[in-house]
Amino acid sequence: MTAVPQSTVSAAQARRAGGIGRAVTYLLLVVAAFFFLIPIYLVFATALKTPDSIVLATAWHWPAQLNWASFSEAWDKVGGNMLNSLFLAVTATILSALLGSLNGYALSKWRFRGANTLFALMLFGMFIPYQAVLIPLFQFIKALGLYGSIWGLILAHVVYGIPITTLIFRNFYADVPDALVEAATIDGAGFWEIYARVIFPISIPGFVVVIIWQFTQVWNEFLFAATLTNTGSQPVTYALSQLAGGQAVSWNLPMAGAILAALPTLLVYIVLGRYFVRGLLAGSVKG
Amino acid sequence: MKSLSKDRLWAIAVLTPSIILIGIFVYYFIGRTIYVSLTDWGNDPAQALALNPIIRWVGLQNYTELFTGFLQGRFRQELVNTLFFTVFFIVGCLGVGLGLALILDRNPKGEGLWRTIFLFPMSLSFIVTGTIWRWMLQPQGGVNQAPTLLGGQPSSFAWLSSNDSVLKFDWNNLPLITAAVVGAVLIVVAVRAAREGQRTRTLVAAACAALLILWAVFIGPRVRLLAAPELHGFNFAMIGIIIAAVWQMSGYTMALYLAGLRGIPEELREAAKVDGAQDAQMYRFVIFPLLSPITLSAMIILGHISLKIFDLVYAMAGPDNIAASVPALNMYLTSFRQNQFALGAAIGTILLILVAFVIVPYLANQFKTEEGHS
Repeated sequence: MTAVPQSTVSAAQARRAGGIGRAVTYLLLVVAAFFFLIPIYLVFATALKTPDSIVLATAWHWPAQLNWASFSEAWDKVGGNMLNSLFLAVTATILSALLGSLNGYALSKWRFRGANTLFALMLFGMFIPYQAVLIPLFQFIKALGLYGSIWGLILAHVVYGIPITTLIFRNFYADVPDALVEAATIDGAGFWEIYARVIFPISIPGFVVVIIWQFTQVWNEFLFAATLTNTGSQPVTYALSQLAGGQAVSWNLPMAGAILAALPTLLVYIVLGRYFVRGLLAGSVKG
Repeated sequence: MKSLSKDRLWAIAVLTPSIILIGIFVYYFIGRTIYVSLTDWGNDPAQALALNPIIRWVGLQNYTELFTGFLQGRFRQELVNTLFFTVFFIVGCLGVGLGLALILDRNPKGEGLWRTIFLFPMSLSFIVTGTIWRWMLQPQGGVNQAPTLLGGQPSSFAWLSSNDSVLKFDWNNLPLITAAVVGAVLIVVAVRAAREGQRTRTLVAAACAALLILWAVFIGPRVRLLAAPELHGFNFAMIGIIIAAVWQMSGYTMALYLAGLRGIPEELREAAKVDGAQDAQMYRFVIFPLLSPITLSAMIILGHISLKIFDLVYAMAGPDNIAASVPALNMYLTSFRQNQFALGAAIGTILLILVAFVIVPYLANQFKTEEGHS
């Protein structure tokens, strides 16, 4: 895992450009930030308008009167799906994190012959297009009697989450000195005792990264959501796509729905952004 | 070999459920998909959802149908769309990401805030991003109205519904084009090998290139995949989707590049300065070469995302917009809307092959270097 090391103060000063260079730097930053934030402005401007004041020609204008009703109306349509997503994401994330932690511990601290090959084979599962497993997955979930239930979706997310969660924990535990494990072995501790007394207590940063990563992934996922669930168990991504896909709906509703659907992951990102970035960088498989 | 102590057995026991699950959900399912793709399951609608459907082995017929069948023009356009999408998406993300990282590397005040702004789209789902951008790209809306804010005329660009395209080519020429591209690559390989003095590789590459070129000159022009010419190109309807995708993902390349830039030891920059290197020279000869592994890494990650992308297109263009569609979306519709499972499985398999071309060498390489280190 690649962390983002903060450069030292002297290095920072050395690279601070003076005068004009500095002004150009800030100008570029403002222009770029503008590009990234415009959609947010438009989403809020639209969500807060009344349906009849949404005219394409005045799409950019901030509403004269704020109309918060769109949010409660959107909640009526996607609120149940939000709760589905919440249950799905929390359950799948906890299971994924526990599984990943044990796998990462076993792979990094109890290396055996062929462990690397095994891990590479596991990791391949992270990159496959899920379209290449979707039909058998659908049949399998159906055969288990889990089609249309949120548990089928949880199963899929936990299984296809194994590669990334194992990867993140494996890299995290690789930084834990082997001497710690060896010392515990000499004291007579075994596989499980070492996990419970030595490894697990120092795993919190690893858990934070994995939990944020998996929560975001599961919450945002769409393909499994559209294939394995039916009315009643559909998560919010699917509900939002239905809400926005309809032609007759006025745009304040899908915009309010998009804000609702984005809020949980956005909050996680804003509060715990540092760990989010670490998960992100781990996804690029640096050993 | 290390002794199999009790603890090591526990380690294997802990891994076993995961290994079995991955074995089933990844490898067995892939095998199933490939098998299904070689049958006619669902090609007859009456049989598709039957309790015990009659399924016959048809070999590569579904693949032939996809590449040459009269009804599957949509799939061929989608392959072309994916190709262009991948190129522009990667170039866009690398360009914007590197630019942002270089600016942030100058240590502006409030770096954390800027980083947060550039990265936040990453935390959204493609469905949310797609919903937002679909609204912004409405024919008379958001982006097209932007010029009026500066007193100009509204633009009338048909973002997601355009039927115009450029760089068109006839699908019938695909074997010829493929042969030409592969031949050119082989010639480059041969020339390089010759320069490095590797005789065998030079000869093999040159012979293959010659064979391909002979084929392209004498036989290729007479190969006809389709009865009639079928033009495909870069559809303008994809431009909006590419912009939205770059908006969402360029923060990722920024994070990668920033981590890389921060990992470059300060002494290297200072040594370059002492040697009298200008800023531009330092970037050209010191920094960019050190960033090239990151570029490769990012290209592979972005490439496999772009081959798989599906929800963004679904949310922006909708399921029935052929000009702006991709194979990953087609696979979902074919399998779960039309219940043509075999055809869907064939599309899934083709996607897998495309992704494997990108990912397998990458994974192999990652683990080779890692084992070299330990």
